[in-house]
Amino acid sequence: MTSELDIFVGNTTLIDEDVYRLWLDGYSVSDAVALRVRSGILEQTGATAAVLQSDTMDHYRTFHMLERLLHAPPKLLHQLIFQIPPSRQALLIERYYAFDEAFVREVLGKKLSKGTKKDLDDISTKTGITLKSCRRQFDNFKRVFKVVEEMRGSLVDNIQQHFLLSDRLARDYAAIVFFANNRFETGKKKLQYLSFGDFAFCAELMIQNWTLGAIGEAPTDPDSQVDDMDVDLDKEFLQDLKELKVLVADKDLLDLHKSLVCTALRGKLSVFSEMEANFKNLSRGLVNVAAKLTHNKDVRDLFVDLVEKFVEPCRSDHWPLNDVRLFLNQYSASVHSLDGFRHPTLWDRYMGTLRGCLLRLYHD
Amino acid sequence: MPGKLKVKIVAGRHLPVMDRASDLTDAFVEVKFGNTTFKTDVYLKSLNPQWNSEWFKFEVDDEDLQDEPLQITVLDHDTYSANDAIGKVYIDIDPLLYSEAATVISGWFPIYDTIHGIRGEINVVVKVDLFNDLNRFRQSSCGVKFFCTTSIPKCYRAVIIHGFVEELVVNEDPEYQWIDRIRTPRASNEARQRLISLMSGELQRKIGLKVLEMRGNAVVGYLQCFDLEGESGLVVRAIGTACTLDKLSSPAAFLPACNSPSKEMKESPLVHPPSHGCRSTHNSPIHTATGSRLTQNFSVSVPTLIYTGMGSGSAGKEGGPFKALLRQQTQSALEQREFPFFTLTAFPPGFLVHVGGVVSARSVKLLDRIHNPDEPETRDAWWAEIRQEIKSHAKALGCHAVVGYSESTSICEEVCILSASGTAAVLNPRFLQDGTMEGCLEQRLEENLPAGCGFCHIPYDELNMPFPAHLTYCCNCRKQKVPDVLFTTIDLPTDAIVIGKGCLIQARLCRLKKKAQAEANATAISNLLPFMEYEVHTQLMNKLKLKGMNALFGLRIQITVGENMLMGLASATGVYLAALPTPGGIQIAGKTPNDGSYEQHISHMQKKINDTIAKNKELYEINPPEIAEEIIGSPIPEPRQRSRLLRSQSESSDEVMELDLSHGKKDAFVLEIDDTDAMEDVHSLLTDVPPPSGFYSCNTEIMPGINNWTSEIQMFTSVRVIRLSSLNLTNQALNKNFNDLCENLLKSLYFKLRSMIPCCLCHVNFTVSLPEDELIQVTVTAVAITFDKNQALQTTKPHVEKSLQRASTDNEELLQFPLELCSDSLPSHPFPPAKEHLESASSNSGIPAAQRATSVDYSSFADRCSSWIELIKLKAQTIRRGSIKTTVTVEKASPMGEGNFRNRSAPPCANSTVGVVKMTPLSFIPGAKITKYLGIINMFFIRETTSLREEGGVSGFLHAFIAEVFAMVRAHVAALGGNAVVSYIMKQCVFMENPNKNQAQCLINVSGDAVIFVRESELEVVSAQQPTANCQPLCTGGEVTT
Repeated sequence: MTSELDIFVGNTTLIDEDVYRLWLDGYSVSDAVALRVRSGILEQTGATAAVLQSDTMDHYRTFHMLERLLHAPPKLLHQLIFQIPPSRQALLIERYYAFDEAFVREVLGKKLSKGTKKDLDDISTKTGITLKSCRRQFDNFKRVFKVVEEMRGSLVDNIQQHFLLSDRLARDYAAIVFFANNRFETGKKKLQYLSFGDFAFCAELMIQNWTLGAIGEAPTDPDSQVDDMDVDLDKEFLQDLKELKVLVADKDLLDLHKSLVCTALRGKLSVFSEMEANFKNLSRGLVNVAAKLTHNKDVRDLFVDLVEKFVEPCRSDHWPLNDVRLFLNQYSASVHSLDGFRHPTLWDRYMGTLRGCLLRLYHD
Repeated sequence: MPGKLKVKIVAGRHLPVMDRASDLTDAFVEVKFGNTTFKTDVYLKSLNPQWNSEWFKFEVDDEDLQDEPLQITVLDHDTYSANDAIGKVYIDIDPLLYSEAATVISGWFPIYDTIHGIRGEINVVVKVDLFNDLNRFRQSSCGVKFFCTTSIPKCYRAVIIHGFVEELVVNEDPEYQWIDRIRTPRASNEARQRLISLMSGELQRKIGLKVLEMRGNAVVGYLQCFDLEGESGLVVRAIGTACTLDKLSSPAAFLPACNSPSKEMKESPLVHPPSHGCRSTHNSPIHTATGSRLTQNFSVSVPTLIYTGMGSGSAGKEGGPFKALLRQQTQSALEQREFPFFTLTAFPPGFLVHVGGVVSARSVKLLDRIHNPDEPETRDAWWAEIRQEIKSHAKALGCHAVVGYSESTSICEEVCILSASGTAAVLNPRFLQDGTMEGCLEQRLEENLPAGCGFCHIPYDELNMPFPAHLTYCCNCRKQKVPDVLFTTIDLPTDAIVIGKGCLIQARLCRLKKKAQAEANATAISNLLPFMEYEVHTQLMNKLKLKGMNALFGLRIQITVGENMLMGLASATGVYLAALPTPGGIQIAGKTPNDGSYEQHISHMQKKINDTIAKNKELYEINPPEIAEEIIGSPIPEPRQRSRLLRSQSESSDEVMELDLSHGKKDAFVLEIDDTDAMEDVHSLLTDVPPPSGFYSCNTEIMPGINNWTSEIQMFTSVRVIRLSSLNLTNQALNKNFNDLCENLLKSLYFKLRSMIPCCLCHVNFTVSLPEDELIQVTVTAVAITFDKNQALQTTKPHVEKSLQRASTDNEELLQFPLELCSDSLPSHPFPPAKEHLESASSNSGIPAAQRATSVDYSSFADRCSSWIELIKLKAQTIRRGSIKTTVTVEKASPMGEGNFRNRSAPPCANSTVGVVKMTPLSFIPGAKITKYLGIINMFFIRETTSLREEGGVSGFLHAFIAEVFAMVRAHVAALGGNAVVSYIMKQCVFMENPNKNQAQCLINVSGDAVIFVRESELEVVSAQQPTANCQPLCTGGEVTT
């Protein structure tokens, strides 16, 4: 006696959260059954393995049918085929678009193209995440990217609107899209200590301040040729950053800057002498990073540079985080007292964001 | 030209991409009704077109309005080649034809293609302007309301229940026309869908005409079926119960969640104090009646209507003096009818007087081509024959009517088994007559009301029983005779007094048969049928005993014919009726008592069985009060049976107890193990696993003993197909496979729905088909309803309380007897009789024995067997189980009502979100009140694929299709303005596959009533409370009293 056909269709679509997770994690039906058996469900319910197999198959089939709709979540809301309570719909979507930290770190900042897709095999092996799950996560990134890439307006809002994600998850996706678009390098060994959260934090700051959509610069005319988008950095701004070079190129300015900072911080830092000794190096590093951002290649290396030029030197001198904060605050603020410096606004736009990023990046 | 149909095409969404180049679609819509077609403009390059068309107007006859569906086709415009069809929507505009239903159909409909399934949605608005038609001889029957619900719909009151209406139409099946060889599968499927839609429209119109002729205005319990006879044609047939319904105006007037015709039900409880005691009060009058003796004779010789004032309220009003008059009227009322059948399964209080038992008839026919579609006489004659048989069976049981009546077919190649079954019953004439009666009826005295046991009392004459049975005095009223076991096809009457909970009981059976052709095949099948019926009954009986119960409700026996086997599946809900005697146990007897080890084995089995019975009693909370009283054994001595069947020595338990002289308590059933078959029987008895704790199941509307439903419901359909390996084709292996299939299916359901615990699977409906040689397909549709845990816990308490309750009842009875005695003479029932006489004046019964004789063949149990085989030739057999009675008390209604009210305290469940459409096979929605019936939903779909593997194999294909069918039903209901479908049923699910060709095809036919419901929580407390108070006492006596 073999079962040819075995289905269960409810007027309200039954969603088993545990099975959904197993499906999302990319387990085959038989693996999922094995895992469920291990969870002790048979003992709890008195069911047999055959029942479990049939149940799992059924859920998998349902998820498979739902997957097409999950690719465009608003469709899930409007479709008539599956009657699913709103709270369950939200859960389905949220879980479907959730991703693994280990996975996202591997692809963050990479181009979401076919080439990368081939690397998924390696990522799967390296992270222990099933290839199927890797594919889903990668495809989600790519799908979201494709949809919002060319869109005007707030990146987070766009994502939320088109994928109905929670605020938290939409922000994460905004970071992923932003990184993928600007191709920031995140995979270098010296960046390994950074979490996705660190990058997402930086991305958010950069989106808020460094893109065209930032700071009220959004064009009011919807037809304007300007790319009003959160995904691209403001080219003009990057161009302008060259002007900051004067802060290190002009020796007087640099000295003055240093003395202002040192005066203000004397006695307040536990690493004052190290700071004083390193000031010029650090300042040069930070300003040079800014000046180089006109080149795409250097944009990509932004995080590498920041870590190399600032985080590592400070860390080797064992600066406490609080000292870094005091220093950066003073370092940014003192510029306003430099008489010869004519770009305080530009400086604030740059340094305000950078300060936030550096503080987040500064940890072990 | 009495009607104008107006259609507006608003917009589309989620259309499929039809142009690969642009990834877009240039869609337009054709709107067709009859022979007229309109088109919208082409909306270029969009998957979400906004046509916003003008109103397309069709001026048509109302006859066409009833027959024709509105056909909407969405196409992709193609400049150079033929336009591609995207899909279609068929809209049945019938609901717009009666004033009280929907006024407009407006909403998003899934666009359906028989090859691709649902492809986007279309927003349509449909209206109908009807002109008054003064022509008396019209062919249309607009305005007659149709209900699938097999009880009087909630917001209506039955003024008159006219009776049986039936009709059938035949046609050639387009799938078998020559043209089918040259047209595409899509065209063929669409031709079929359209034809069936037309035929059902025509059928409905014709039935409507019959109803108008009878002066009715509605059809309740409308059941329409298709017979796909293959080469020989397509038959669409329908049966129903014509009624005159009155709309209840004030919504507060009826019982919101109750199952049955709310209004009266409610009243009755109100009139009488809700205590259990009231039962006895009502009861008493019935029994004593002196006048009844007179009537008694009548009841036997004529199909009589016997009135026992069961129920209350309305029913109770008829007065004794009118007996004679009533009788005459009833007789005439029923005699006028060719077939006194009722498709209802639940009745207004007082309607059902006595229940005789299940009657059924089957007939094996050879199909031949229907030559003239306009003259479907052959099929008509077939059914007429069967109905006649049913009628005579009912007569044999001393009943003049058949309730819970249904018909079905099973077709394999050119052989067709026609089956009909129902429950023989004695009805109260009040509802069958015109209003003229009302005057006198009203005068009926209240005291006539019987307790919830009246329906159990035998309608036939004790001395001339149609079959051997063991009668005892009713354990409830002690006044009339009841059988030891009662089988019925109806729902448990609302006021039946039940002890403990019920459970689903199934008998499953397979029999191999040789492959044969034509007559030889038909003969082989008909020879097998009696045996199958017999064994199915044996199994049911055994399982019932094993559960410690004594009555079956909702019995449905399905015999399915295949190429090389016959399958029998009987489902019913077992309960313990307080009125019936305690069932004896099952005794196993070995044939060779000498063998020591054998005996040991036997005793081991016996122990197992006894343990199971004890366990079941506990599980289902069956704690009948000890009865110590006078009970008299059945007058008919029972010959001992030696077959391996169980036989009921009902004389035993009850009589024994009472007389206490003869033997001690004896078990009623003896199971003799003399061959492997019997062993198998015993094993199969013990293999049925009870549902996991927290789960209950039944195939009736509601579960006796559960009253606190909460509002969460989950309707589902589950389908399984297994392939038998041809090696193991023995009856035994087959039985085991089939049994496992059903049991595993149930287990899967319990597992899947575990998050709903505590819950009950209601209206569990199994359908078996044999699509191919070695395939068995089982389809189950049911609804899971949650109930309140707290209350569930209380059920443990009832043990004590019940007995208390019981005790008090007894007391009251004692008190009341005297009262009754005096009262009887006055009010007395026209006929409550048959039994009474038996007891009181057995001598009286001078019943024409001749009549009886004819019916004797249909005996119950073992005895039946021999007579059956002789007497049942080809076809029909009456299935007789013990006689049946339906008690009418206040109880049934309560479960639902109570649930809701219970809930009042609990936070109301999150109210349904926009667009949610509930579906349920039940006639009500727990925790809610139906405020409006919008019309009948009757849909037929075909789905075919030539890329089976790509669609996920057979499971993927069917899963998607059923989900789509649900979606289309919901969309139609929503477009009518409704938020639920009640009495939903999947009447057909015919699945064919050809994996080698990567093809599959499936036909599904569903129906139900579209309704608007309002949550209980939104109702006034007042209306809610009353029923609660009333309903509760009987079912859960404890609660109220405490």
